[in-house]
Amino acid sequence: MKSGSNLEKVLEGGHFAVTAEVGPPKGTSASVVQKKGDILKSCCDALNVTDNQTAIVRMSSLSGCVILKGMGLDPVMQMVVRDRNRIAIQSDILGAVALGIRNVLCLSGDHQKFGNHPTAKNVYDIDSIQLVKTLKTMRDEKKFLCGENISGEVPLFIGAVENPFADPFEFRVIRLGKKVQAGADFIQTQAVYDVDKFAGWMKMVRDRGLDKQVHILAGVIPIKSVGMARYMRDNVSGVSVPDEIVTRLEDAKDVKEEGVKITLEIIDRLKDIDGIHGVHVMAVAWEDIVPVIAERAGLLPRPIL
Amino acid sequence: MIVGTQKPLEEIWDMIKGFRKVLVLGCNTCVAICHAGGGKEAEILASLLRMKASLSGVETTVRHAAIERQCESEFFEPVMDEVRASDVVLSLACGVGVNFLADKAGDIPAFPGIDTAFFGAVEKAGIFKELCAGCGGCILHLTGGICPVARCSKSIMNGPCGGTSDGKCEISRDVDCAWYLIVERMKKLGTLEKLFEIQPPKDWSTGLYGGPRKVVLEHITAPEPPEKGKESQGGM
Ligand code: SF4
Ligand code: SF4
Repeated sequence: MKSGSNLEKVLEGGHFAVTAEVGPPKGTSASVVQKKGDILKSCCDALNVTDNQTAIVRMSSLSGCVILKGMGLDPVMQMVVRDRNRIAIQSDILGAVALGIRNVLCLSGDHQKFGNHPTAKNVYDIDSIQLVKTLKTMRDEKKFLCGENISGEVPLFIGAVENPFADPFEFRVIRLGKKVQAGADFIQTQAVYDVDKFAGWMKMVRDRGLDKQVHILAGVIPIKSVGMARYMRDNVSGVSVPDEIVTRLEDAKDVKEEGVKITLEIIDRLKDIDGIHGVHVMAVAWEDIVPVIAERAGLLPRPIL
Repeated sequence: MIVGTQKPLEEIWDMIKGFRKVLVLGCNTCVAICHAGGGKEAEILASLLRMKASLSGVETTVRHAAIERQCESEFFEPVMDEVRASDVVLSLACGVGVNFLADKAGDIPAFPGIDTAFFGAVEKAGIFKELCAGCGGCILHLTGGICPVARCSKSIMNGPCGGTSDGKCEISRDVDCAWYLIVERMKKLGTLEKLFEIQPPKDWSTGLYGGPRKVVLEHITAPEPPEKGKESQGGM
């Protein structure tokens, strides 16, 4: 075991993993995080705490992770390279490990232009692939980026993201390969709506043997309303929502139920794709649907390891 | 070239309205090409400021002049008397020129008339595009001649990030994704496999983040070595 985290145990044990997302509050209340943790605890193996997602200031991921850890849950600390240089990143990792965090997900982070401080200066000292490699070096060689020694162990299960729907399509697999080579243990993908395109990407992943080297969890975002579907189709860069899904929601009497059905159909098809080792459900501001989805998708109970 | 745009008239007026003798000093190189701060722009701005002054009932004389480059000492000679006779100099050079002028102007304030934006090229008439960020450690040989430091919104070394879509950057449909261009160009060059390697963290210390930079050419600045004696020249 690299980290001994629950997520690592589930994935290494060959189980189909379920993870979900906890967005921390735009405020100081620990109970917001606890409430989400309570809703999600019995239907997930690990919970990602987002890091100032879409560049909107929220409670830090590390704090959210500590709160979940205190409830006996297995948090995944998301870390973007937008806001920290290599000094702050490595320092935060030491602190996170000291506080019992074992999973870290490495991301570029959305450009600050989208957030609530669009005039901020970004950092981007290292990129997300370099971050993966940094964490691997910290864990395996117990060394900082500069080559100096770290005292103590750095048990980490290292995650990265990939967006199979971004351009250039053929290069995305190469880039995934770079993340694996850098040391990613698991991958959480961008939300999948176009399962055919995703399956095509997974075939390229298998052709390169990458599915044997890394655990891939497919991203899923349940759609709550027609407006949300349209917004995701038209405005979210790198997400591909087929028109058919939008039409189904437009025609539905019970839009939420239709959204859940669509999600279940997607999960069903994802389960059948070779090399998919789990799903990552990002139900932003709709956390209470996750247990329902997990139940109806036949993903419960979660293994106790 | 260095690209900039002229500041709004109101902002300039706010800077200089307390002064009686204003010199608007253009620069006839980069900022003339981008129609922001050459001699012609200095002349136009000076007359706008004179109008502004008379409308505001302020007694102000606004003169204008321009030199070839405000980043080299020799070009300043012909205008230094005029500079010294002013209460303020509004420089229409890039930030380099304003700084350089400030170093020379003694107790006369040097104010900026343009917002200096970037190092760029003239894509076509009227369109200027940022292409280099002066990072001090060029890696263009690794990226097909397309700069990820200046042209990727996140300056990443192992792109493209997950935000690229239809060849555009996540920040705007009007901005090309540098990494999309890099991948396409490397394909064309037959060197795509160069991108399979993980690029290590960049050394940013040679750039904006390592403290003020200076290039010293020793062969030009160093005193002449003393002439060697004939004996040693002839020996061995
Ligand atoms: S790599 Fe550095 S020096 Fe080369 S073009 Fe880009 S910013 Fe300029
Ligand atoms: S979309 Fe392209 S240019 Fe924009 S930040 Fe990502 S890699 Fe850089």
